[in-house]
Amino acid sequence: MTVAAAVLPGTFTNGVARGKVEILQFIRDRTAVVFTFAFPAMLLLLFGTIFGDSYDDTGVSVAQVYTASMIAYGALNTGFITMGSGLALDREDGTLKRLRGTPITSTAYLIGKLILVFVLSVAEVAMLLLVGVLVYDMPLPDASHWLTFVWLFLLSVIVCTLCGVAVSAIVKHARSAGAILNVPVVALQFVSGVFIHPITQLPTWLITVASFFPVKWMSQGFRYVFLPDSMKQYEAAGQWELGRTALVLGAWCVIGLVLCLTTFRWTEKDR
Amino acid sequence: MNAIEVRGLRKTYRGHDAVRGIDLSVARGEVFALLGPNGAGKTTTVEILEGHRPRSGGEAQVLGEDPGTAGRVWRSRIGVVLQDADDAADLTVTEMVRHVAGFYPDPRPAAEVIDLVGLTEKSTSKIRALSGGQRRRVDVALGIVGRPELLFLDEPTTGFDPAARRQFWDLIRALATDGTTILLTTHYLEEAEALADRLAVLSEGVIVAEGTPATLGGRSAAGAKVSWRDGGVQHTEQVADPTELLRKLIAADTDLTTLTITRPTLEDTYLALIGDHR
Repeated sequence: MTVAAAVLPGTFTNGVARGKVEILQFIRDRTAVVFTFAFPAMLLLLFGTIFGDSYDDTGVSVAQVYTASMIAYGALNTGFITMGSGLALDREDGTLKRLRGTPITSTAYLIGKLILVFVLSVAEVAMLLLVGVLVYDMPLPDASHWLTFVWLFLLSVIVCTLCGVAVSAIVKHARSAGAILNVPVVALQFVSGVFIHPITQLPTWLITVASFFPVKWMSQGFRYVFLPDSMKQYEAAGQWELGRTALVLGAWCVIGLVLCLTTFRWTEKDR
Repeated sequence: MNAIEVRGLRKTYRGHDAVRGIDLSVARGEVFALLGPNGAGKTTTVEILEGHRPRSGGEAQVLGEDPGTAGRVWRSRIGVVLQDADDAADLTVTEMVRHVAGFYPDPRPAAEVIDLVGLTEKSTSKIRALSGGQRRRVDVALGIVGRPELLFLDEPTTGFDPAARRQFWDLIRALATDGTTILLTTHYLEEAEALADRLAVLSEGVIVAEGTPATLGGRSAAGAKVSWRDGGVQHTEQVADPTELLRKLIAADTDLTTLTITRPTLEDTYLALIGDHR
């Protein structure tokens, strides 16, 4: 037995193999590519065209603000929705059951999903920035802002992915996954300063509610990265609040991880 | 050591007893069939032995380990053929077989497995584009790609046309000839009769009979039913051995044009077994 154990492929090798297959399957599913992946960029083009104004005192166009905020939507879309519905689907179509009959570990499966989410998130952000730069002349920030971008982006993707895994446990059928998962995504974007900016137009209590969730902090952080400092006057606190953003997102990582560990199931049937 | 050794296996779901104390022994190299109507507990039993479901009670040893706690090495020695999977629709047959092969320490070459299940011509087709029977053969390919010592087949030919079923049987026989132990569930009697060395009938969570296809439920000792029509009168006699009766009939110069001698088929025995039990 020890001989067999020595040559059993490792979890990381299997995880990378899963990642490749996940990406291959995603690309071949044109519906997902067009309607999930390209959706934030389509919305950005739509909003940027409808709201053609700019903020007088700062000279920043509304479309540029949307570009920055929509990166939060991009992370939600690839992390939360792709992960949540992908897990529900894998549970329903037998993917997870099949893998359980093989020597692969659940960690290798999750590594594969993370590779998919990470690749999609990077591509999603690149696409949004491309629209922002090419269509709306958004200037790209300097190096220190990119450093903030890296940790903010990673934290955002991790939070969204963990919450996606957790929420997949309450999705009974993959058919209804899109509908269920889009409710928090759309609702949070309306109250978190993504669709409606400045967020100060909202009633104070609604801003308080939104502040408990990660999306408000994600979009605020991405606005810090891509907009001039003068735009901070339009934020809820009149400040960028980077420290608090890191704290809230960090807390959500922990919450998400705990939810994941307590709710993750291999199959749709319980024991 | 037996491939499967089960004593007093029980499984309860929310107060409902799905499996109520099963004993099973399957020797290495044997093809063993679990027969039974829907809801008899076949799938639950198999899923417990595959390590997919925890049991509520009893002892189970599969390839010398407890399936409830066995690890990755054990998993690499068993093969599971799923009943109703619909996954990997956007991958080609070869891509999926290669992918799953990569999880095992000493897999069969993908092309060899695909040839074994008769899908060489479809190897570059997307799995989505395959017929139902071809889809199930992909499942078998994925179940055997890791060279399992023990293969679980849960109702593998449901929905097959008769020709595809015959081909499938040949494949299973070939695997058995190579020494693979096979645990098969089915509700097709001919399938059990064609493939199994031994079989057990499961009804409402208990084994009601166990034996070879020829001896199940006392089938070989059940005697024969002798019928004939003589002078417009139908005669039927149940005898242990028809020889004596026939001699007598011939001596009496009886008209034997309509003579029939029948023994219970496996199906008769099976229906009597699950009927008795209900």
